[in-house]
Amino acid sequence: MSKELVRKSMPQRKAKERIGDFQEVNLGYTEEQAILEAKRCLQCKKPLCIKGCPVEIDIPKMIEYIAKGDFIGAIKNAKEKNALPAICGRVCPQETQCEKLCILKHKGQPVAIGNLERFIADWEASHTTNSKEYNNKEQSEPNRGAKGIKIAVIGSGPAGLTCAADLARMGYEVTIFESLSEPGGVLRYGIPPFRLSRGVVDREIEYIKNLGVDIKVNMLIGQIKSLNNLFAEDYKSIFIGTGAGLPRFMNIPGENLNNVYSANEFLTRINLMKAFKFPEYDTPIACGKKVAAIGAGNVAIDSARCALRLGAQEVSIIYRRSEQEMPARDEEILHAKEEGVKLFLLTLPVEYYSDEKGCVKKARCIKMELGEPDGSGRRRPIPIENSDFEMDIDTVVVAIGQSPNPLLLHSTPELKVAKYGNLVVDEESLETGIKGVFAGGDIISGAATVIEAMGAGKRAASSIDNFLAKK
Amino acid sequence: MFEILVNRELAPGIKLLEVKSPDITKKVKPGQFIVLRINEKGERIPLTVADKHPERGSLDIIYQEVGKTTRELGCLGKGEFLLDLVGPLGKPGEIAKYGTIILIGGGVGIATLFPYIKAFKKAGNKIISILGARTKELFFLEKEIENLSDEFYITTDDGSYGKKGFVTDLLKDLTEKKIDLVLAVGPLVMMKAVRQITKPLKILTWVSLNTIMLDGTGMCGSCRVTVGDEVKFACVDGPEFQADKVDFDELIFRNQRFSKEEAISLNIYNEKCGNKRCPKN
Ligand SMILES: Cc1cc2nc3c(=O)[nH]c(=O)nc-3n(C[C@H](O)[C@H](O)[C@H](O)COP(=O)(O)OP(=O)(O)OC[C@H]3O[C@@H](n4cnc5c(N)ncnc54)[C@H](O)[C@@H]3O)c2cc1C
Ligand code: SF4
Ligand code: FES
Repeated sequence: MSKELVRKSMPQRKAKERIGDFQEVNLGYTEEQAILEAKRCLQCKKPLCIKGCPVEIDIPKMIEYIAKGDFIGAIKNAKEKNALPAICGRVCPQETQCEKLCILKHKGQPVAIGNLERFIADWEASHTTNSKEYNNKEQSEPNRGAKGIKIAVIGSGPAGLTCAADLARMGYEVTIFESLSEPGGVLRYGIPPFRLSRGVVDREIEYIKNLGVDIKVNMLIGQIKSLNNLFAEDYKSIFIGTGAGLPRFMNIPGENLNNVYSANEFLTRINLMKAFKFPEYDTPIACGKKVAAIGAGNVAIDSARCALRLGAQEVSIIYRRSEQEMPARDEEILHAKEEGVKLFLLTLPVEYYSDEKGCVKKARCIKMELGEPDGSGRRRPIPIENSDFEMDIDTVVVAIGQSPNPLLLHSTPELKVAKYGNLVVDEESLETGIKGVFAGGDIISGAATVIEAMGAGKRAASSIDNFLAKK
Repeated sequence: MFEILVNRELAPGIKLLEVKSPDITKKVKPGQFIVLRINEKGERIPLTVADKHPERGSLDIIYQEVGKTTRELGCLGKGEFLLDLVGPLGKPGEIAKYGTIILIGGGVGIATLFPYIKAFKKAGNKIISILGARTKELFFLEKEIENLSDEFYITTDDGSYGKKGFVTDLLKDLTEKKIDLVLAVGPLVMMKAVRQITKPLKILTWVSLNTIMLDGTGMCGSCRVTVGDEVKFACVDGPEFQADKVDFDELIFRNQRFSKEEAISLNIYNEKCGNKRCPKN
């Protein structure tokens, strides 16, 4: 096997071209590139990469298949552990997970595990779904609904989808209740199509439906039905995967001015409601020429890059720490810079000023310096005295974090909620305070990652299976 | 998909839509609303539930054809479908026996008032209703509300019906008696004017705020309003708020956030259908 140290870079569209539309930035490997990259893998006896994967895909095995050109073998191997490989291959922070632990990282560059995962999932889609081969096989799986036991899953983000898929495979009759008009959670309303094309999301959801999962949209549980209503409708167990959809604001003067958005509003208008196609689509968005996204996670970067694609001329990220602490995926930060997003680091907005029409026109910011590490291990930003300065801006997107979705929790007082709004569950089984009700994903962890939400969905599925077996 | 059972005109530009949703009908309470979307390209708009028909599993929604979406809604007929309908949304109003209640409805806000009047009446309150509109032909549900009211007043801006002037002119006189609660629903300027009168008199006053919404489930903050020194999300913390602390001026600005885009949408729509209201209904 080749011990080539340089990894195959991901083919991507030029920055100038891609900011003109919402199509995917990355183009994916060709078969040759994938095989060459796969051949870099050392096939370690004690592979560290698997330990870095929250759902423990047998990574070396998957890569071995690719190296041999057996892409069907590779995708089957990945799907045993991960129902959404095309999505994870695109959005997982591999650099802090599998690729961080890859032995080759110390010798040069880790194997591009994420790119390979994406490749096999896309390969499968273009080679087998057309002929319906793979899906039909899944569809005819003998145990579909065989147990005749109904389970309700609330929320159709990665946590809910994964939990539902696993339960369906075990033979349960699963219904997902989703409040929005389309399933997918953040994959649908949050992450923009230039990072995760909607075709991919549709495809993965189709796969889950083919496992026999019924998805009911427009169902806001807590309002239209309570948990007790669901039990009364003969659902024997319930999984809550309602996510962290509550936007946080900074509570500074001027934050309610027009053109100051929460990232959730900005992104939902664009991604779920397709405001970027206004007026063909009816949902409006007002985005000016000088846009600031506040925060430095994936959400802030996504907002900034969306603003560019809406035609903004100057887009900045304003972040109170330094570049090193930015929590977004490395690739997103790189892509944002390539596209011309400016970073205002060690900077904190403290007030927004209004024009005569109630619209934001200026921000007042202060400069920060880094002090001692805080509870999160990152160095704490401290304001520098008399460092105020003003910035002309006409649109602000506040992306400083989201908290767990409170609606269902408030309407179900038996559910215990911790300090930051997280739903409290048993750490092992993920069972809530109500018997037979389990939860996972951002609703228990606060805003985290797709793969962690999926991992929790999987664990909950097996707990639900145990719970029902004991009954 | 949600089937339309009725879509008929109540007054010029004001229509009643009856749409089927047994699940929502079972749960909805006075003051709550729904969010609907007509089709794939449509926007989500919030509308209050004016009445329900448990026997048919359906709800009544009363709306004014003002923008593109409501105009398009007005063109749908019996047997056609809405793509999305979510609800019931928002907190239900606190229905109890307060004593004497003044209920003020302005324009299409009268629709929101109606389920309250029914519920407050049933709870044993004395009901004083004031309905206001620009001109005589714009009233609807008038008989129904009059029948439920112990005292009933009408005002029109142009004097073509009832008393000439604003609802607030009447309110001033009526507050000379002991009033336990005022509930006002209508244009923001009207609700602000009501508050101007009742606040110095320390009368408990509620308003139902119409804000720009997106999801209607507390996930975006599009609907945020400042109440006292707190920022609230009208879709989940409201839509009713105690009037005394609401920052109406901020909300008046916020409700114009997309006026430019709304005008563009409406213009395109008007050009397409020759600037006429849909004759179908
Ligand atoms: C803009 C953005 C970019 C991101 N980028 C990345 C990334 O690159 N990589 C990564 O790993 N992670 C990323 N994340 C984080 C990741 O998307 C989340 O951690 C993950 O989606 C959480 O999954 P979940 O299933 O717990 O919740 P969600 O995906 O939030 O799904 C919850 C679902 O439940 C529904 N719901 C809520 N309440 C109810 C109710 N009462 N009744 C019915 N349905 C309800 C919601 O509508 C939603 O569809 C990003 C997040 C955002 C917002
Ligand atoms: S750690 Fe890296 S080299 Fe080793 S098996 Fe995993 S991917 Fe291959
Ligand atoms: S409409 Fe989105 S939070 Fe109220």
